[in-house]
Amino acid sequence: MTLMIGIPREIASGEKRVATVPEVVEKLIKLGFKVAVESGAGDAANFSDDTYRAAGAEIIAGAAKLWAASDIVFKVCVPTSAEVDLMREGGTLIGFIWPAQNPELMQQLAAKKATVLAIDALPRMLSRAQKMDALTSMAGITGYRAVIEAANAFGRFFNGQITAAGKVPPAKVFIAGAGVAGLAAIGTAVGLGAIVRANDTRAEVADQVKSMGGEFVKVDYEEEGSGGGGYAKVMSEGFQQAQRDMYAKQAKEVDIIITTALIPGKPAPKLITAEMVKSMKPGSVIVDLAAERGGNCELTEPGQAVVKHGVTIVGYTDLPSRLAKQSSTLYGTNLFRLTEELCKTKDGIINVNMEDEAIRGLTVIKEGNITWPAPAPKLPAVPAQPAAAKAAAPAAKGHGHGGASEPMAGGKLAIMFGVAAVLFWFVGAFAPAAFLGHFTVFVLACFVGYMVVWNVTPALHTPLMSVTNAISSIIAIGALVQIAPPLLGGGGPRPDDWIRWLAVAGIALTAVNMFGGFAVTQRMLAMFRK
Amino acid sequence: MSASLATVSYIGATILFILSLGGLSNPATSLRGNLYGMIGMTIAVLATIFGPRVTSGGYAWIIGSMVVGGSIGIYAARVVKMTQMPELVALMHSLVGLAACLVGFANYIDPEAATHLNNAEKAIHEMEIYVGILIGAITFSGSIIAFGKLSGKIGGKPLLLPARHMMNLVGLLIVIYFGWQFLHAESVNAGMTPLIVMTVIALLFGIHMVMAIGGADMPVVVSMLNSYSGWAAAATGFMLNNDLLIVTGALVGSSGAILSYIMCKAMARNFISVIAGGFGTGGGTPAAASGDAQPAGEVIAVSAAETAELLREARNVIIVPGYGMAVAQAQHTVCEITKHLREKGVNVRFGIHPVAGRMPGHMNVLLAEAKVPYDIVFEMDELNEDFPDTDVAMIIGANDIVNPAAQDDPNSPIAGMPVLEVWKAKTSIVMKRSMASGYAGVDNPLFYKDNNRMLFGDAKKMLDEVFVALKT
Repeated sequence: MTLMIGIPREIASGEKRVATVPEVVEKLIKLGFKVAVESGAGDAANFSDDTYRAAGAEIIAGAAKLWAASDIVFKVCVPTSAEVDLMREGGTLIGFIWPAQNPELMQQLAAKKATVLAIDALPRMLSRAQKMDALTSMAGITGYRAVIEAANAFGRFFNGQITAAGKVPPAKVFIAGAGVAGLAAIGTAVGLGAIVRANDTRAEVADQVKSMGGEFVKVDYEEEGSGGGGYAKVMSEGFQQAQRDMYAKQAKEVDIIITTALIPGKPAPKLITAEMVKSMKPGSVIVDLAAERGGNCELTEPGQAVVKHGVTIVGYTDLPSRLAKQSSTLYGTNLFRLTEELCKTKDGIINVNMEDEAIRGLTVIKEGNITWPAPAPKLPAVPAQPAAAKAAAPAAKGHGHGGASEPMAGGKLAIMFGVAAVLFWFVGAFAPAAFLGHFTVFVLACFVGYMVVWNVTPALHTPLMSVTNAISSIIAIGALVQIAPPLLGGGGPRPDDWIRWLAVAGIALTAVNMFGGFAVTQRMLAMFRK
Repeated sequence: MSASLATVSYIGATILFILSLGGLSNPATSLRGNLYGMIGMTIAVLATIFGPRVTSGGYAWIIGSMVVGGSIGIYAARVVKMTQMPELVALMHSLVGLAACLVGFANYIDPEAATHLNNAEKAIHEMEIYVGILIGAITFSGSIIAFGKLSGKIGGKPLLLPARHMMNLVGLLIVIYFGWQFLHAESVNAGMTPLIVMTVIALLFGIHMVMAIGGADMPVVVSMLNSYSGWAAAATGFMLNNDLLIVTGALVGSSGAILSYIMCKAMARNFISVIAGGFGTGGGTPAAASGDAQPAGEVIAVSAAETAELLREARNVIIVPGYGMAVAQAQHTVCEITKHLREKGVNVRFGIHPVAGRMPGHMNVLLAEAKVPYDIVFEMDELNEDFPDTDVAMIIGANDIVNPAAQDDPNSPIAGMPVLEVWKAKTSIVMKRSMASGYAGVDNPLFYKDNNRMLFGDAKKMLDEVFVALKT
């Protein structure tokens, strides 16, 4: 029996998003599911009933009928109590739930014997879970839209321009909090041509800020603000004072402030005081992305854009909904990825596998039993650090080509000198004088070879080998001097023929090397070009 | 030409050889370096021929053999494909080894060579002959086997005989025993038997040594044989009291030794363990490792069109080629794609691991052949830190050199080996025939990473498709 996935129209006021889009409907059907969409569900996001129907979905008019027909319901907003009433007994619900804030809703869903997967409860630190991370995709949209809202309220260009009518300086944007939304905002503002600065209590994001084209502003105080799980934590009083000073300074300088600072389970930190707002230039804009949780700015009014002390303070809480088509597409894809994980057999039946860490985290109610909160994921962010440190070590060692390599350990060096001394003593004690002359030359030549070859660039190692190979055909000289030497007599009869043929063979063999080696080296080297 | 003049010419040749190696330190001066080598060689050969130790009776023989050998050599150099360079170099090493043996034998049966020597000098001279032939024979048979392995005529799997270390030890003892016999031989004929027995053992030892070495260790073997061919020349020089041979042999020998050292370091292994042989098959190490750290998860396959899409949107691309690129002859297509992307303003660079391919610097030569400019081809150390800023890392036919297990998993057989950190790029694309593991026989957790995509298929065919998709 294949299951029916139902997509109701979102009824929260001002909500324009929809939980799936026609493109995703096709993919869901490929997984073996049937899909039903409430008539008009996608209208606000510019997806008509016809496009859904074309993708293979069934269109059902009326929420009651749709909820009754669906085994699984995909939603965006937290369901209302009326919606839960419509839900089929023992059905499955996937969407934003925020179980901590909505205990009554949880009770009501449990009473329905429902299975509920809260997309907001996803263990985000699992790298495997990132494709399902709707919070991240919504935050990205929020960051983008925040800049667009700021640009809308701001009376000037973002980019600097030199026009016939005069010079326009670029807008200065300050972004507080470089999480997903903050980084998206940095990228968008940089794209529009603004000068972007950003700050975050977590020092490790400085590089990410730079990679997006922003400038990282440090707080002049030593404290690390990573609270685990990629979120920030509450900082000490001393740090907060230093941070306030920095914000006050930025407020005087910049035209636009976008705040994104949130700490899990706490009201949003008040970063921008009324004093700071007063100190800003008239016409400046503040976009407060933490408005829903009380706001980072003291003067924010959630859901409103207000002008105070000549500064527009935007406190909209529905930014993703203001980009409904984009956010619906990304959200729909996130849910599709989740469905894929639930239905690995691709037969249209889901399996809520509580052994799977990602699914365990998502599942807040399983068949009427509240399973939230899930045990902490076994994969904290900490072990990443020793691995990174270890990674740095071998990289630093490299073979130090051309440069100074690490000095050898003292003990090892002493042993090597000892061995060398014994060898030299041995040679000196037994070898005749004539041999020593050659031995001197030999040892010195080894060192010359070592010095010269060490400078060869690794790119030329193959030509180096073929040229040394060609040079080693110098052994031909050994054959040449034997082929017809001036005879001094003595030592008995000389087997001339034998020696000659051996020598001729030796010369022929080395000639192959000599000519071939140099020719092939020449051929290779001629190919290296800039 | 007088003896002094010949000696001075030898000094000139020596200097030119040193300059020749020095010239190779930079692609811009490398052609000049090769020229120095040729001039040096010409001077050395002419000075010998017209010097006091060769009489006019030998000229015809010399010219005849030089012409035959030289034409074979030039012909081989012309027709060899760049992907076959390792084979050619290995084959040429074997010739030097064989020549060293022949010269040693010729010298031994020549009664003129030792007439003016006193007892101690004679003993040293015979020891030189013995050692020269020994090294020459090992070089010869070892290089022949290396050639067979590199050209695929012999399987790449290491051949591990039971008690192989014992066999080598016994061989060494026999060689020492016969060396003693040889030094105490009354006449040339009496000395011939121990000399021939030793040569046979040395040949067998050379075969056995290289047979026991696995495919991934081939770069070490090729450079090691390069080194041996130099030592063989140096030993011949001692035998003939010829300083030019000693110096040149020492130059070549130390150059090969340095390359072997660099290659070993790049694989985080020591020289002895490579020579002892059997990478990835010794005592079931990979089995144990895969047992406790089996990378779990799914791979994400992509098509050529999607790859093209990723490349088109990237600003920084690093291409990591491996032996697979050489096998598929894909370097020309890689170059076309590179050129196309660079024209579009994409910063394309190549990251070369020291042991990528089958001989040191193999990948550089292939890319140069395909006309990739050398200033965008970088060594691992030069760009490994740039991966976090890279949008797409494209891995073509490489496996072990991009395996994160070398850093993360201390139980992995390749733990500690320096690798290219491609997984730090925003997206990595691995082009591969299948999910099979590399020469080390180690599974690669890179394939299962979330930001990794797999493009399965023949590298050349897939790259052609990518290129077509890029152009549209």
